[in-house]
Amino acid sequence: MTAPTYDLGTLHGGLRLDPHKTESTAARLQQMPVPAQLVLPLTQHVGEPAQPLVGAGDVVLKGQPIAAAGTALGAPVHAPTSGRVLAIEPWPVSRRHGDPAPAIVIESDGLDQAMPIIPGALSYQEYSPEALRAHILDGGIVGLGGAVFPTAQKLAQAVSGPLDMLILNGVECEPYISCDDMLMREHADRVVSGARILLHAIDVERCFIAVESDKPEALLAMAEALGRAADERLILKQVPTIYPSGGEDQLVQLVTNREVPTGGLPSDVGCVVQNVGTAAAVDDWVSRQEPLISRVTTITGPGIAQPMNVEVRIGTRVADLAAFAGGYTDQAAQLIIGGAMTGKSMSTDEVPIVKASNCILLLPAPPPQGPELPCIRCGDCASVCPVRLLPQQLHWYYAADDEAQLREHGLLDCIECGCCDLVCPSAIPLTASFRRAKGRIRELEDEKARAARARRRFENRQQRLATEREERNAELRRQKDNAKRAGPDAIAEIMQRKQRTTDDRKDDLDDDPNDNRDPKP
Amino acid sequence: MKFERREAPYIRPANSVSLVMLQVLVALVPAVAAHVWFFGAGILYNIVVAVIFCAGAEALVMRARGRAPAEALADGSAIVAAVLLAFALPSLTPWWVTATGAVFAMVVAKHLYGGLGYNLFNPAMAGYVVILIAFPADMALWVAPRMGDLDYQHLNALQTLWFTLSGELPSAMSFDTVSRATPLDLMKTGLAGMQTAAEIRAEPLMGDFGGRGWEWIGNFIAIGGIGLMLRKVIRWHIPVGVGIGLLVPATIMYMIDAGSHASPGFHLFSGATLLCAFFIATDPVSAATSTTGRLIYGIGIGLLIYAIRRFGAYADGVAFAVLTMNMLVPLIDRYTRPPIVGHGPEQPG
Repeated sequence: MTAPTYDLGTLHGGLRLDPHKTESTAARLQQMPVPAQLVLPLTQHVGEPAQPLVGAGDVVLKGQPIAAAGTALGAPVHAPTSGRVLAIEPWPVSRRHGDPAPAIVIESDGLDQAMPIIPGALSYQEYSPEALRAHILDGGIVGLGGAVFPTAQKLAQAVSGPLDMLILNGVECEPYISCDDMLMREHADRVVSGARILLHAIDVERCFIAVESDKPEALLAMAEALGRAADERLILKQVPTIYPSGGEDQLVQLVTNREVPTGGLPSDVGCVVQNVGTAAAVDDWVSRQEPLISRVTTITGPGIAQPMNVEVRIGTRVADLAAFAGGYTDQAAQLIIGGAMTGKSMSTDEVPIVKASNCILLLPAPPPQGPELPCIRCGDCASVCPVRLLPQQLHWYYAADDEAQLREHGLLDCIECGCCDLVCPSAIPLTASFRRAKGRIRELEDEKARAARARRRFENRQQRLATEREERNAELRRQKDNAKRAGPDAIAEIMQRKQRTTDDRKDDLDDDPNDNRDPKP
Repeated sequence: MKFERREAPYIRPANSVSLVMLQVLVALVPAVAAHVWFFGAGILYNIVVAVIFCAGAEALVMRARGRAPAEALADGSAIVAAVLLAFALPSLTPWWVTATGAVFAMVVAKHLYGGLGYNLFNPAMAGYVVILIAFPADMALWVAPRMGDLDYQHLNALQTLWFTLSGELPSAMSFDTVSRATPLDLMKTGLAGMQTAAEIRAEPLMGDFGGRGWEWIGNFIAIGGIGLMLRKVIRWHIPVGVGIGLLVPATIMYMIDAGSHASPGFHLFSGATLLCAFFIATDPVSAATSTTGRLIYGIGIGLLIYAIRRFGAYADGVAFAVLTMNMLVPLIDRYTRPPIVGHGPEQPG
């Protein structure tokens, strides 16, 4: 079999940003001890909240499922350590920038006692792809790159079309974040093993592992791990260091030279993308029965004393993690979860680390900034836009609140990478305004959809009532005709029968114009 | 611990409008110095007058619009417009002529359209065209370059200042003894008078490509412009477009009939070609916005410059070419949108 060749694509625009990676990659990967208290939000994935399986006071073991996947896009949650459930209550969460959402609070018993290993478990090759995907869901595994789309559902969605490759995303293009880099350096074998399991789960024969060119240590570690695995389906691919090469659609374009169609998914062009951390988590679960209860997180920035990468239990509060990393410096003024370009800004460090938390970034207060000036149409924003939008025109239509032109100019294709903000000489917060405009368009769409649903329901009801009325009239006419033909005795009999059934039908007749002819004497 | 919430991205832009404008001004310094060397201090007085009236007019308009004058003045765009206007004027220009152009540029061309970012027309060129039409005699008063072998009277710095303030020459001089036709004028009238291009090029005022002195100023403008390109303050599309639009027809006509057409080199180094290509047409506000659009916009300006020089009533056509293409910008922008990633090649958007 000759390996198919794939052209490397190019990315339009993008930026070369100051990487700020060395701060957190100087030290080896650290292990943080289990803290006294862990907080597990019920929503750590894109879908509806998970359903709690435990109540306050229950004793749990490490790895025990404590909440079940709610809906089609849900994922279960597992206890990160052994201990006792204190409460299920609202707690500040990162998904809501520090506002509260329901969470299970667990007090650690300090024993970290795991669920017993089930003997005789199947190896991944013994599963059918479908069964393996269902099994992956039970591990609570979601995309660890930050999007937290449940992995099993993503794979299932992808295999519904013509799929020809898996892409492992080890690009990590945003400044400051280095958790995937560190994971690949120290746990390359887990990543490679996870990739092979994922290939089995989607039944394809090709996997590209994409790593950015500025991560020589990770590239070397991965190359060595691939050599040990000797699996020719897996190919390591170096991609240029340019932000935002790690965006899912951008990575597909870079690795395969295929453009993901607007509003579509990578699977529309035969690809499914998984983060390297996700692959390692899949390996932990499928090979060693360890569900997703910990992850590698970068804690970094001028606001933290000892920037580092640390393997931390899901549910650890950021405040505890910061204390482990030497505490805050006096520069700590902003707490961001995620990267400096697309991360979320938090109001409090009470928020726990969740499956999505790839980076805890502590930044100083931003320098005072001149006023926002009018756009001078310099076009620098358009030259860096990876989606080839014209932000200067979008800005114009945003100011004019022209929804039709915003759509026409591709607002919904905006990936909110923030490149345009960084080059704007007028200091216009373009990304924030596009985010708001997208939100508003989505709201309008939801409203329209709701209105359409309500109208459809109303019309269906009208139709149903009309049909029922029609049928009833036909029945009455038929009975009348029969009665005329049968003579007076039959009429009396029918009247009697009708008398008996009238009460049952009373409710239905409320809508009926025939009510005027109430058969009751 | 509590933190302050902000919106992503958290990295702040390094660039600013005032930084852009400052770089443009710095890039003009060598050309202004060359201008002083060859034509005397006149351009400096013109710059001072233009800056005073541009800034003053902008401040008054901002006040009339109920806003702080500093808000607009701080970005430096009025200064750039003033310097470009001054650069387009003869070195002997009475102050009220310059002031008229400066006030029109700021009040009508810039702020009546909404100020920085909203003006349809290039303010400097709009101001220039107004005085070109309103004061045609003053705008024809170009002095000869200061070259040792050229037999013209030159005003010293003080005499030039007096002229700028009063519009009067020293009693010992007359307009005939200080002013000379520009190279483009010479070419236009010469060709109309049945001279061949080669005969005109043999005149003592002519240099290697364009007029003597003029072509050296052109070199320094190009150096500044290329500097701006290297610093990515401007992109290559508009300058290259202007070059293509002007040089392609000039070369074709020159190859067909070298006797009655100026050479492409002459066109490139004469009049305001290089100033237009690097500094005037590249004004982002009044130019097309996509890269393809900018190329088309530049080519259009180049073609119009050639057409006006060759067939029009004026010796040079930069201002009219730029203003005409300014009007076409919305149309160009509409039809040159780059294809959005993921929309496929067949779709317009």
